[in-house]
Amino acid sequence: MAAGKRKKRKVFSPIYLTLVLIVLYLPILMVVLYSFNAGRTIGSWQGFTTDWYARLFANALMADALKNSLLLAVISSALAGGIGTLGAIGLSKTHMKLGGAVETLATLPMMIPELVLGMAYLAVFTGIGIQLGMGALVLTHTTFCIPYVFINVKSRLVGMDPAVEEAARDLGASPMRVMRDITLPLIAPAVVSGMMLSAAMSLDDVVISFFVTSAETTTLPLKVYTGLRSGGTPEINALSTLMLGAIFLCVALSQLFAARSQKKMNSAR
Amino acid sequence: MVRKDSIRRQESRRGALMAAPMACFAVLLVALPLIYVLCTSLVSGGKFTFSSAFTLDAYRALLREDYLRVFANSLQLAFFTTVISLVVGYPFGYCMARAGRRWKALLMMLVIIPFWTSALVRIFGWKILLQANGPINGVLRALGLIDQNIRFLGSYGSVLLAMVYCLISFMILPCYNAVDKMDFTLVEAARDLGSKPWRAFLTVTLPLTMPGILAGCVLVFVPSVGLFYLSDIMGGGLVLVGNLIRDQLLKVRDWNVGSAMSMVLIVLSAGIYLLYRKAGGDNLGVF
Repeated sequence: MAAGKRKKRKVFSPIYLTLVLIVLYLPILMVVLYSFNAGRTIGSWQGFTTDWYARLFANALMADALKNSLLLAVISSALAGGIGTLGAIGLSKTHMKLGGAVETLATLPMMIPELVLGMAYLAVFTGIGIQLGMGALVLTHTTFCIPYVFINVKSRLVGMDPAVEEAARDLGASPMRVMRDITLPLIAPAVVSGMMLSAAMSLDDVVISFFVTSAETTTLPLKVYTGLRSGGTPEINALSTLMLGAIFLCVALSQLFAARSQKKMNSAR
Repeated sequence: MVRKDSIRRQESRRGALMAAPMACFAVLLVALPLIYVLCTSLVSGGKFTFSSAFTLDAYRALLREDYLRVFANSLQLAFFTTVISLVVGYPFGYCMARAGRRWKALLMMLVIIPFWTSALVRIFGWKILLQANGPINGVLRALGLIDQNIRFLGSYGSVLLAMVYCLISFMILPCYNAVDKMDFTLVEAARDLGSKPWRAFLTVTLPLTMPGILAGCVLVFVPSVGLFYLSDIMGGGLVLVGNLIRDQLLKVRDWNVGSAMSMVLIVLSAGIYLLYRKAGGDNLGVF
């Protein structure tokens, strides 16, 4: 009886997982497939072509958008990685009363709709004369990326045995040394996963970018957004496919990295 | 003792120094802009300046029937999005957490990849699938289920689908984490004591994974109130708060009413978050 029940779950679980995954991936597959569609619109399938890629590479505006997006994702996730990690470690050590307020404020971008932040930035930047464009994009993206790093690192720090750091201190290690040899290696996976998430959020962001970008600086999601509103072209398909390829590569690499650091932690134990 | 105290104080100071950059960002790029929006919502005739007089006109302007309907629509859509995400996402997270070690890693990756992929790109995929002469209509026709192509795009259902599709990872991951962390010997104990599987689930698993469920619901609900571009892309005339705010700023150029709408959204989101914390919710970490 119990064995029969268990068997039932063994059958149900893979079927359900597979079904949801199919629904999750089918649209992505469609984008890739239709980037090879010979038709001029995204309409019905009219034969295979790689024209759209050729055209894409010839399009300087698209190349620009791609470059901007990647640059923005790398810079803002790196900044958020540094600032968020330092913030999480710092707040865990300090006894100052303002710590809680800083934490709430810094993680607020995760809690309030992006749209509100976007319009707030537009209002402030135009109000005090900060030029819209790449600089504004980096500032705002860093701001909404910080919580992802901060929360990841913080939960890792909470789960950490404080005795490890104390032991190192008692054995005469300087605070810098403890940081470098004990704390940082222990929280590294959390930092990396937070930064991965940040990069993904930055690469994906339409709303905030929509408000703080200038006419000259466009990002990939914005390009896709305007393209889609006007119905979508196969060129956008091709662009999206390239982006997908890049993302797949990143995920594979980061997973490899995460697995390695996990192994390191296990063997250190 | 004195020495230990001074070390602690030193450490505290060092900590504060480390957190300083984050504090700067928090004050200059979170608090300040939001205060500015608050002030702008409380004046009339354009953005806030120090000489403008406070008034509640912008909020009074919100009480128009069509605006209220838009707010209600947005909340309704966000609610449906959250419920569907939970119904689909929780079992997924559960099955995922109960899978073998190797499978777990693979499944995690398979869930994270779409999560990483631009929401726009994925919605574009749905647009292709759902278009009048697209694959889904093709399949339905080939199966003989329909004679005429169905117009999916622009319907309420298509916007809802897009919302769920974009946000479901936020539900799956916390649910997975909660189930994964749970001690399953408790369920076994309940079973050994003679409780039926669904009873064991309701009395043991569900309460124990409630933090994950609540976190998932907040993580889905809050962004879904503000997502304005999905309804644009899927077509159809569904106007959401997001569209309304954007139009106030970029078309009507009424900063005051736009700001007032934003403040309502903020209060709403903050309210949900506070309720969540009051219910014993943790800080929202996704991973």
